[in-house]
Amino acid sequence: MDTSTALYLTMLIPTVAMAGNMVFAARENLRDGITFICAVLTFACVLVILCNVGNGTTGTFALFEVVSGLSIAFHVEPLGLMFAMIASGLWIITHIYGVGYMRGNNEQHHARFFACFSIAIAAVMGIAFASNMFTLFVFYEILTLSTYPLVAHKGTPEAVKGARTYLGILIGTSIVLLLTGVIWTFNVAGTLDFTKGGILEGKIAPTLLPILLGLYAFGIGKAALMPFHRWLPAAMVAPTPVSALLHAVAVVKAGVFTMLKVGIYIFGIDFLASTGASEWLMWLAAYTIIAASVVAMTKDNLKARLAYSTVSQLSYITLGMALATSMGALGGGMHIAMHAMGKITLFMCAGSIYVAYHKTEISQMQGLGRIMPITFGAFFIGALSIIGLPPLGGSWPKFLLMLGAADAGHLIIIVVLMASSLLNIAYLLPIVGRGFFRPVTDNKLPKTYAEAPLLVWLPPAITAAGCIILFFYAGSIQNFLAPIVENTP
Amino acid sequence: MSTVEVQHVAKTFIDHLPVLQVVIPLISAPLIVFIGNRKLAWLLAMAASATAFVMACLLLAQVKDGSYISYHIGGWAPPLGIEYRIDALNALVLMLISGIGTIVLPYAYNSVNAEIPKRHHTLFYALYMLCLTGLLGMVSTGDAFNVFVFLEISSLSTYVLVAMGAGKDTRALTAAYDYLIMGTIGATFFVIGLGLLYMATGTLNMADIADRIAEQGTNRTVQAAFAFIVVGMGLKAAMYPLHHWLPNAYTYAPSAVTAFLAATATKAAIYVLLRFMFSVFNPGFHFEDWTLYLIFIPFSLLAMFAASFVAVFQSDLKRMLAFSSIAQIGYMLIGIAMLNATGLSASIVHMVNHGITKATLFLGVGAMVMYSKTSFFDNLNGLGRKMPFTGAAMVAAGLSLIGIPGTAGFISKWVLVQAAFENGWWFIAVAIMLSSLLAVVYVWRMFEVLYLTAPDEGCTATDPPLPMLIPMLILAGACIWFGFDTELTLGSARVAAEGLLAGSAGMAH
Repeated sequence: MDTSTALYLTMLIPTVAMAGNMVFAARENLRDGITFICAVLTFACVLVILCNVGNGTTGTFALFEVVSGLSIAFHVEPLGLMFAMIASGLWIITHIYGVGYMRGNNEQHHARFFACFSIAIAAVMGIAFASNMFTLFVFYEILTLSTYPLVAHKGTPEAVKGARTYLGILIGTSIVLLLTGVIWTFNVAGTLDFTKGGILEGKIAPTLLPILLGLYAFGIGKAALMPFHRWLPAAMVAPTPVSALLHAVAVVKAGVFTMLKVGIYIFGIDFLASTGASEWLMWLAAYTIIAASVVAMTKDNLKARLAYSTVSQLSYITLGMALATSMGALGGGMHIAMHAMGKITLFMCAGSIYVAYHKTEISQMQGLGRIMPITFGAFFIGALSIIGLPPLGGSWPKFLLMLGAADAGHLIIIVVLMASSLLNIAYLLPIVGRGFFRPVTDNKLPKTYAEAPLLVWLPPAITAAGCIILFFYAGSIQNFLAPIVENTP
Repeated sequence: MSTVEVQHVAKTFIDHLPVLQVVIPLISAPLIVFIGNRKLAWLLAMAASATAFVMACLLLAQVKDGSYISYHIGGWAPPLGIEYRIDALNALVLMLISGIGTIVLPYAYNSVNAEIPKRHHTLFYALYMLCLTGLLGMVSTGDAFNVFVFLEISSLSTYVLVAMGAGKDTRALTAAYDYLIMGTIGATFFVIGLGLLYMATGTLNMADIADRIAEQGTNRTVQAAFAFIVVGMGLKAAMYPLHHWLPNAYTYAPSAVTAFLAATATKAAIYVLLRFMFSVFNPGFHFEDWTLYLIFIPFSLLAMFAASFVAVFQSDLKRMLAFSSIAQIGYMLIGIAMLNATGLSASIVHMVNHGITKATLFLGVGAMVMYSKTSFFDNLNGLGRKMPFTGAAMVAAGLSLIGIPGTAGFISKWVLVQAAFENGWWFIAVAIMLSSLLAVVYVWRMFEVLYLTAPDEGCTATDPPLPMLIPMLILAGACIWFGFDTELTLGSARVAAEGLLAGSAGMAH
């Protein structure tokens, strides 16, 4: 299969899955089976692209021109391919988990749920393979809109309110800031194509550059940079599979992925470094890392704590871009993969606890680890990966980011990263400790081993194993991503 | 006056299109009254407006390259005879008007049955056709006084059409009366402006007036004429703060009428504004620049924010959409005020895109009103779920109203902001974006009512019959289609903008 066909199929197949869900809304096994096959096929298509292209960059496949100079067009480059692989690979696992969760939990409107889910995946593929900022923006908005029904899924007043915050912040920032930035860029540069080394050099006054960068940094609300991070905790009213895939992988990663794309292919790392335009962003990202971790410690609701942890971790990637060094950008890119694997494990464990015993607050989880050892074991591994301890995947990007910070000569950033790791320990490990070592206080809980259903505990176990495996393959990921910063000293 | 070689150029059927597309709906109106049968009346109206639509398409195909067609009525050469002059700008507007007019008619058949007493049905179709005639005539003519004549034809029939909503809600009568008073003031101002122009130039042919003004330069008479025409047409276009008539007229008119008017009437008025500002008067005149900068921009900004803000707090969906229209007209006027090709094409393309979008929304509301009897938000709870196709059409159009990528509204917004950046008016760019946040708020309010509230107990609402549903879905499809394929809309708009900026030269013989 040639690359362009496979590329279009990655967007087409999830759309088929969406249609399948709508048509066979009433026949749940058939419907979920179709989605599963579509998920596997989508992943297969991404693998085909990987085999064809490797870590090279293809030419542009222009679908059609919307306005002169602005096309819906796609290409393959390492960062996008990696993002597509993560999202499509984890879609398979999350789908299995989602089926288990939705059935085990007696949620309503399964068909609508999985239909919106599939569209979101199609949008993520569009974002991953977009070859210009215009295309990326179109799919970015489709992603926001298709996930809105998922956040509002339960239809309760809190869900509606949370969804409103979600949509308000994401649409608001993207229309007012991001779109303005994009049109401004188009106006000065005359193009929006992602080009290695950026398209802005020499086209814009250096004094205006930090402002334009600000429009992007805040406009990409999905990257949850403070003060536009509120949507992420608000979106946690969604069913857990949504939080798992969309708010640990697809949506937030689409945000930071866009951030990296903009840094590398619109501004250009060298241009940012030579003008120092991104220095303020670096400090803001550092602040977000620390502040969100501190907030996370105060949350008793498990999903809320994980949400703030995500806010903090996302800023690692923004920080990697803002450091404007090749190591920083690489570390940021790699953190997309590592954090996705770790955080999806944590979210799925949270969902597993909810499905089995309907516990949402950490203080209620005393002794639960002995009843659900697999879930808590997976949680432990995921937590260690987020903290960044070897031998888990999460340790490498932190290492690279520290190298990047040293390259840029910002030693304080290294201190920030270390402090963040300590804070991660402080808010993640007590959950595991409570689970395993405290006595069971709730008499309604069973006394012996009683895990969640198989479809619910198996996926987090798989991703936890993935966290360990990724530790050993970090070198390949680094080599894979290397071309994105090749021309950068 | 330059001597023109007089020859009767119209020889074939195609040559007569400029006048036929006005005459056919015009003749159909009295025929409908004579026939007196409701079904035949509808059929005739449908046939006439579909013919007009096909003709508008043929016209646009001829002039899309930037040329123009000059048609001399009865073979009398202008400036003495009446001239119809079609270029990319008015061909596009003609297509919008006759297109919407045609597509609303199948919908109107059922909707009129439900909303208007039977004895008025044939009159309804006759007036509908007259209104269409008026709008088409006002857009295609190249004769200034002829504009006024057609303006009155369309206005008078509109007042009656709005008043026909009285079968459902008697407030339609006061709304129509309001509109009558305001509309008449607007038309009077316009005709006073024309009188002054005639006084200054001694001619009524637009191209000829343009030549004369260019020769003699500006003087107080010309300036006064300009002021009267802008205010008069501004009133018809519901330019803020002359918009007072619009919310009530749109809210209480029968559903089909609202959809038709919202998509066409204000657009035709904006077309006339554009034509006079750029083709008759010359944007090189200082008084015109000042008008644009000191009056259009502040009032457009006010419209964008104030009207959107008011829309957020409406308790009636139709009224909310009406206020949103006033805000959207602000976008069109601010595009004109940018005085560059990009800004003008943004205004023109937004006329089309917004016309389609609003028509879809009003048709959707109309279908819901068939069930709920009122368009208050409280009575529409959960109807989107009960009427899936209607709801889907309204979602598509709602997204287009906000300007979400992949919809027609996004294209307009993109071009408009681009134009602002071209002028270096970044604060305008930011204002446009901020005001579209308000659109997010009010559109989302509609979505939440339609989808996230529980339907009333025992709610029996279902999608309307196909003749009503299909127009809605076609228009909703167009909202999406024109978000990706902009060759027709933006392409024509760009050609039209070039033509306008060429100023009176574009009108020269």
